[in-house]
Amino acid sequence: MATLYSHQDKNMRKTWVLMTLFFVVIIGIGWGFSLIYNAPEIIVIAISFSVIMNVVAYWYSDKIVLKMSGARPVTREENRELYTMVENLAITAGLPLPKIYIIHDQSPNAFATGRNKEHAVVAVTTGLLSMLDKNELEGVIAHELSHIGNRDILISTIVVVLVGFITLLSDFFLRMTLFGGGRGDNRGDGRIQFIMIVAGLALAILAPIVATLIQLAISRKREFLADASGALLTRYPEGLASALEKIAAHGGRMKKANHATAHLFISNPFGARAKKGFNRLFLTHPPAEERIKALRNL
Amino acid sequence: MTILIIILAVIVFWFVLAYNGFIRLRTRSNEAWADIDVQLKRRYDLIPNLITTVQGYAAHEKEVFTRVTEARSQAMQAEATGDPAATGRAENMLSGALKSLFAVSEAYPDLKANQNFLELQQELSDTENKIQAARRFYNGNVRDLNIKVQSFPSNLIANWFKFTKKEFFELEEDSAAKDPVKVNF
Repeated sequence: MATLYSHQDKNMRKTWVLMTLFFVVIIGIGWGFSLIYNAPEIIVIAISFSVIMNVVAYWYSDKIVLKMSGARPVTREENRELYTMVENLAITAGLPLPKIYIIHDQSPNAFATGRNKEHAVVAVTTGLLSMLDKNELEGVIAHELSHIGNRDILISTIVVVLVGFITLLSDFFLRMTLFGGGRGDNRGDGRIQFIMIVAGLALAILAPIVATLIQLAISRKREFLADASGALLTRYPEGLASALEKIAAHGGRMKKANHATAHLFISNPFGARAKKGFNRLFLTHPPAEERIKALRNL
Repeated sequence: MTILIIILAVIVFWFVLAYNGFIRLRTRSNEAWADIDVQLKRRYDLIPNLITTVQGYAAHEKEVFTRVTEARSQAMQAEATGDPAATGRAENMLSGALKSLFAVSEAYPDLKANQNFLELQQELSDTENKIQAARRFYNGNVRDLNIKVQSFPSNLIANWFKFTKKEFFELEEDSAAKDPVKVNF
């Protein structure tokens, strides 16, 4: 068990590093602009902005993620079987009961989110519920609960908001530089134009770097680790192995697949075969065959 | 001299870590035992209801009712002592008695169709699953504690501060029990 606890500490550290990095980047940009425009208020705005963003990322990122994926909470009465299954596995893992959400989607998938184990959410798609039998579903739920237990959820979820924000910002700057120039007063001569272009380009470069950062932070190792500790919960690795097999065989794309949230899911929401081009950058999950092999060798 | 101080500091550091480790493991096991208690109590609370419902259809099966009632009060006594081994034995007896109660109820089609009975049956089997789940969490924690109590050099601290091994909580697993797995990280 020692490995799991040290893994928790590592995740907490990574979360701090990530949030600090974000803080510094935004303030750095603000500082740059306040120098250019000779307006110190910009840096104040930048600081308050990054503080707010970090707070939002910590407190609301799980809700944003749930919204983005179109998940809806489920009660004990609505789906007793799923509810008691999560309850029992949570007891086995020694975790408080997470909230349970369902996503209306034919493609089988699941994810966990939340800022800590007291405020955790497990979400599954209707496709998953209809496709898997009891043992397989238990395997998947145990995998998600392991993400909660290992504290993977906070960092994964925060990444969603921060990356989404940086992408938005780079988009904004690029638009400003391309279309903003022609408007009204042009007394801010070529210098500002140039700096906007540079800032836009810098952010445009930054966004993919941050995307790679997701990969580093949300390493594939953690999927293997969650698979293994999930198997420790159910004592039945074959359940998760055959669930992964079925999910990979389906290979469909989720309706609300999104690059910012892709790494949260148990299997790539762009479909198991989405391994070409840009999606390759976001290959946060090891190939299903490797995971199944590892599970069967437990 | 400095080397001596460093060695001393390392020993003190290790000492503090090991001691705190024991405290953490012991607290965790106690918490896990409290989780089991919650589920056991839930089962005790369900049984009187169940008996009343079955009595409405099969009043003359007195033998079974007294067996269940007795097993229940014995289990409650054992649970109150907090001794895992005695609780485990009493719980197994209670499970056996409940099984015979359900076997008896098979003979009464009206009872089997009773909504209240079905719900109680479902609740009871759900509680039994939860007892198993809580038991596994408890045993996992006890395993960690026992390993640390026995292994060198932490056993020195365990002896010194009287950290003792805890007993596992053993129950008869249901027939659908799965094979245990080894996990290598």
